Order: sequence, then C-alpha cells, then structure tokens
Amino acid sequence: MPILPLTGNYAVAWAVKRAKVKVIAAYPITPQTTIVEKLSEMVEKGELSAKMIRVESEHSALAAVYGAAIAGARAFTATSSHGLLYMHEVLWWVAGSRVPLVMAVVTRAIGPPWNIWTDHSDIWGQRDTGWIIAMAEDNQEVFDLTLQAFRITEDDKVNLPMIVGLDAFILSHTTAPVDVLEQEDVDAWLPPRKQLYVIDPNNRFSMGNIATPKDYMMLRYDIEKAMNNAREVIKNIDKEYGKYFGRSYGGLVECYKCSDSKYLIILAGAWAGDAKEAVDRLREEGLPVGVLRIRFIRPFPVQEVLSYCNSMKGVLIMDRSISFGNAGPLFIEVSSTLGNLGKPPAMKGVLAGIGGVDVGYKDISKIMKKFIGEVEEQGWFVKRQEWYMPYEYEFMDIKS
Amino acid sequence: MSGSLIRIKGFSLPLSISSEGSMGKTGSWRTFKPVIDYSKCVSCFMCWLYCPFSVISKSEKGVIIDYEYCKGCGVCSNVCPVKAIVMVPER
Repeated sequence: MPILPLTGNYAVAWAVKRAKVKVIAAYPITPQTTIVEKLSEMVEKGELSAKMIRVESEHSALAAVYGAAIAGARAFTATSSHGLLYMHEVLWWVAGSRVPLVMAVVTRAIGPPWNIWTDHSDIWGQRDTGWIIAMAEDNQEVFDLTLQAFRITEDDKVNLPMIVGLDAFILSHTTAPVDVLEQEDVDAWLPPRKQLYVIDPNNRFSMGNIATPKDYMMLRYDIEKAMNNAREVIKNIDKEYGKYFGRSYGGLVECYKCSDSKYLIILAGAWAGDAKEAVDRLREEGLPVGVLRIRFIRPFPVQEVLSYCNSMKGVLIMDRSISFGNAGPLFIEVSSTLGNLGKPPAMKGVLAGIGGVDVGYKDISKIMKKFIGEVEEQGWFVKRQEWYMPYEYEFMDIKS
Repeated sequence: MSGSLIRIKGFSLPLSISSEGSMGKTGSWRTFKPVIDYSKCVSCFMCWLYCPFSVISKSEKGVIIDYEYCKGCGVCSNVCPVKAIVMVPER
C-alpha cells in the first residue's frame, strides 16, 4: 500500500483522483484552495482525465458540477466558509434533484471579522439541505471518507449528495502519512457511477419544474426516506471498506473507550484526537471516561447516541460553533435525542475553539474534570451552554 | 404543471414530462413580437437552438415561430447573426 506524506487537502485530491472523477469546478477560497490546485495539477499532468471548469463564484461552481452530475459524470467541488454560504441555495437544488455529488468542505469561521481558522459554523449551516454530512478526524480518514462518499451517494437506496468536512489548517494544511491505496484495488471496490436518471436530449423531460404542494411534500418525504436508508448504507460501506483495505471507523460514530465509561465527551471533527488524548490521561488518574465521536452529523446517529449514552452518568458535548439564541448545534442534536431516554444522563454543552481558538488535550481534560466534579457533587443536571474562553476568562456563563 | 412527478426505484423526483400548452396560451404574455425577414434569413438555426421555450421549429421555408406560445423574450432576435429577426411592439 503506497503511503504518502499528505496534507488533508492533498488527501482529498488523491481520493478524487482514485475515484476517477470526470468534472471538477471550484472557486478558490482559503483554506480549501490547495485541494483544487492539486487536482488542477493532476489534470494538467495527465494523471487524471477530468474536465476542470473555471467559474466566477462558488454559486456557479456547484451549479456547474450539478449540471455535470445530472448529465451522468462523476463530479466534485470543494469550498469553505463564505464560499459554502454563497453556494447554499444550490445545495438545496442538488439534494432535491436526488443527484449523487461529492464536495469537500474545509470548515472555517464566518465573518465578520475575517477569520480563516477552523470553526464549524459553516458546515452546521448546511444541516437541513438534504446533504449527507461527515466530519473527519485525521488525514487518513479524510481520504477514506472522500472515497467512500462516491459509493454512499451513488447507492440505489440513497442518491443524495455528500459533504466531507475537514478542519481548517489542523487537517487541511498539516502533513501526515496517508495510505492512498493502489488504483486497481480502488477500481475493484468502486463500481462505475450509478444514478437514478440522466438527462438525455433524445428523451426529454423537465427538471425542477413547478410542482403541486402534494407532490412537493412527497419529494420531501422521499428525501428523508433516503437519509434514513443512508444510515445502513454508511455502516455497510464502512465495514466492507475495512475488509478490502483494513480500515473501519465504526459507521456513523466512533466510540473510543466507551464500553466501561461512566462519562462521555461527545464531539465531531479533528479535535476528537485531542479528546482521546485527554481521555487516556484522565483514565491514568482513574476516571471512567470515553469519547463518542460523531462522524456523520447527517444522517444523525440517533440510535448510536441513545445506546452509548443510555448507561452513562454524564455526557459533555463540545461545540465549535454556536446557534445564537439556543446552544451549540451538536448539543441541541444530542440533548433532543437523549430526551427519548427514560433516565437521560447529566448533560452539559461547552462552547470552545470558536474562530480557531486553540484547544488541546489539557483544555479538554480541564473541562471534563470540572464537569465530572459537578455531576458527582450536584447529581443530575442539564446545562445548555458554558463558554470555555481563551486567556484569563476561562469558564463563562451567559448573563444578561 | 400537468401530470404528476416521475418516480424511479421508489423515489419521487422533481421531473415531469412537459406537454404542449401545459402553461396555457403563453403567446398572450408578449409585448414585443419577433418578426422574421425571410429575405435575410440564412437558415443557420441559431434562433431554433437558443429559443428558451422551444417555439421555433425548422421547415423547408426556414424557421417558423409559433406565436401561440412565443412570449416575446427577444433571445432569437439577439442571437441572429444577420439581423433577420426584428422585435415589433404588439398593439
């Protein structure tokens, strides 16, 4: 197996090359730019036989690959932050048209003020569009998820587009060893593109025409049905990938030292690595802690969250973005899910690392120890938000 | 829209087969009418290709505009390389 030193962005480009994508369109935006720069280089050198479309905006970039995908080509784009927000309208069109398409999103803060560092506001903002949304922890998983995305999106039971999320700089610009697989092995695993329909000038129909409210509602029901199907498809593809290539991640979630834990840290993205490091050290101190890493925020791993949290005394949910006026989006998702349990665990939502504030294992250990201390002292409680601030402020509550 | 959406493999899709006149007689929307000067027309079929409503058809005489459905957008006049299509105000 060829192992190369790759940044997260180059890992995306290699997966796209391995999937033999035919059409790529993108507009440059930091920190995504080097994904399409690398792909452009691959096309220029003749290593990838694809059409690279230059466009004037992200709205057009997604529209261009949407058209290519409807015409039957395996297509790809990548963006970040404001670029993703500018695309937002077209995301709905792609999912609503039930067209398989893959996009990498390098998660980055949204202005003002300008900020290029990691933050999950951009990716969470796409939550309701009908796209499958995954978040990687490291560069190898970036490669694996991107490759798997083509299988997931093109599955007969799914036919929905997918976003692969990777944190700005922490993954996008950090080099790590990545197994990029052999081309013939990928070819044996990834079948040619399949989709529900292809536009054909000889067999004309109209697309996205005005529909009655009744038809509209049925379309929405069927998107949800496909999202629900995607849960099994994602799990099966993850298992099968493990058999072929030796790497499986656990499906919609990854559980790290959960089985004998009483307390869990729940989070998504690259900082899960720091959370695992924190868990290892807290366990050395005898604390029964684990990490439940959310790999897919859509479809949301409802059953997994319920079963892993059922026997817990407390769960700490860490968010790298805030839904102003409520709480961190992952907290909202997890707490609404745990409401289905007869006796839910104590819950706290912590807002940290927003706008790229550095959060390491020492920070996560401190946050977790404080939470465990509070549960042991007070018993069951729910706290929707606590801000873990940089510099001397530390833990701040919301006061008006 | 007439008719319901196409279903494939158990999923309804935002696709439909259009039929002529399913939006009514859209020619009545027109404020400018494209008029062809056949002495200038070179039958390049650019107007046929560009017409967004598919109301221009090919014939032995050249192109023919179906005024029942032409909305008068003027794209045909704009793309005509020999300026054979003039937009005339409707009275």
